[in-house]
Amino acid sequence: MEWRFDGSAPIYTQIVDAVKLAIASGELAPGERLPGVREMALEAGVNPNTMQRALAELERQGLVFAQRTSGRFVTESDRTVARARREMAEETVQKFMEAMTRLGIDKEGIIKLLVAEKEEKNGDSGK
Amino acid sequence: MAILESKGLSKSFGSKKALDGVDLKVEPGRIVGLLGPNGSGKTTLIKLANGLLVPSAGQILVNGLAPGVETKKIVSFLPERSCVPDWMSAGQLAGFYADFYGDFDRQAAENMMARLEIDTKAKIRHLSKGTREKLQLIMVMSRRAKLYLLDEPIGGVDPAARDYILDTIISNYNPTASVVISTHLISDVEKVLDDVIFINNGHIVLSAPADELREQQGKSVDQIFREVFKC
Repeated sequence: MEWRFDGSAPIYTQIVDAVKLAIASGELAPGERLPGVREMALEAGVNPNTMQRALAELERQGLVFAQRTSGRFVTESDRTVARARREMAEETVQKFMEAMTRLGIDKEGIIKLLVAEKEEKNGDSGK
Repeated sequence: MAILESKGLSKSFGSKKALDGVDLKVEPGRIVGLLGPNGSGKTTLIKLANGLLVPSAGQILVNGLAPGVETKKIVSFLPERSCVPDWMSAGQLAGFYADFYGDFDRQAAENMMARLEIDTKAKIRHLSKGTREKLQLIMVMSRRAKLYLLDEPIGGVDPAARDYILDTIISNYNPTASVVISTHLISDVEKVLDDVIFINNGHIVLSAPADELREQQGKSVDQIFREVFKC
């Protein structure tokens, strides 16, 4: 997983988002065991308390679960993974729409751009 | 109980007030950034906590006690300037620390030196500046102390050595101990901090959990620092 943090939000929420993305994208497989808090903290270069807080939040959201003796695991529920994916997709679309609105492009214009983009892609692959 | 606490702490050098009525509390298990520009009072505060200076007024308590023999047993201090005897070898230095401090984990120190491939037989004065700084940090972090006071640990080293130093602090993290890091290089340390204390002209101007500040202001601690201390 790649860890990069910006100043816009608390670090723990940025960790939550990064792990959520890894789960939604399948980079972290359902049921996969996560490294220990200290190891993850070291990898991300953050304070163990911050990592602990992020993992507690991921647990609260049902994306990871803890087993008393053996550590933390990625959820095995396909529905939870699908929901995470959908939530992240919706957030991305929302940000995209905000940026487009700021550029003064309406829905129709956006659809035109998306179609043009798709055709360009298809054209590329046809070469 | 707070590991480090001060009440109305003041220190004057002649007519200059280096610290003026400082109240602070550092709880166990926290990594705290003591952040301020040069001359703001960071080093004075750390020296008071160490018993290297005596308050002009107010008090400072380490684990409930005034600085002295008992508190020195539980405080591990990294001074701003290197103070290791440079005629020793790194191996001898580890032995020296082991003799001096009952809480020194020699095995941990040796493991860290081995990982950095420090030649334990070479005299410290023959090591590079970066290696000397890392070596001193290894000694300080190999103590199983309750309070680590690190005065400008990343001041004079390159970014790779900075990462090493911060990783060493994180990997030696212990939930019953606290770490106070004084620095003006905020962007480098902000990821590892639980709490930040901004100090300026001997006063505490802001004290809060780092993530709380980021959440409230939508900015990094570094950006907030630049605004608070704008020249």
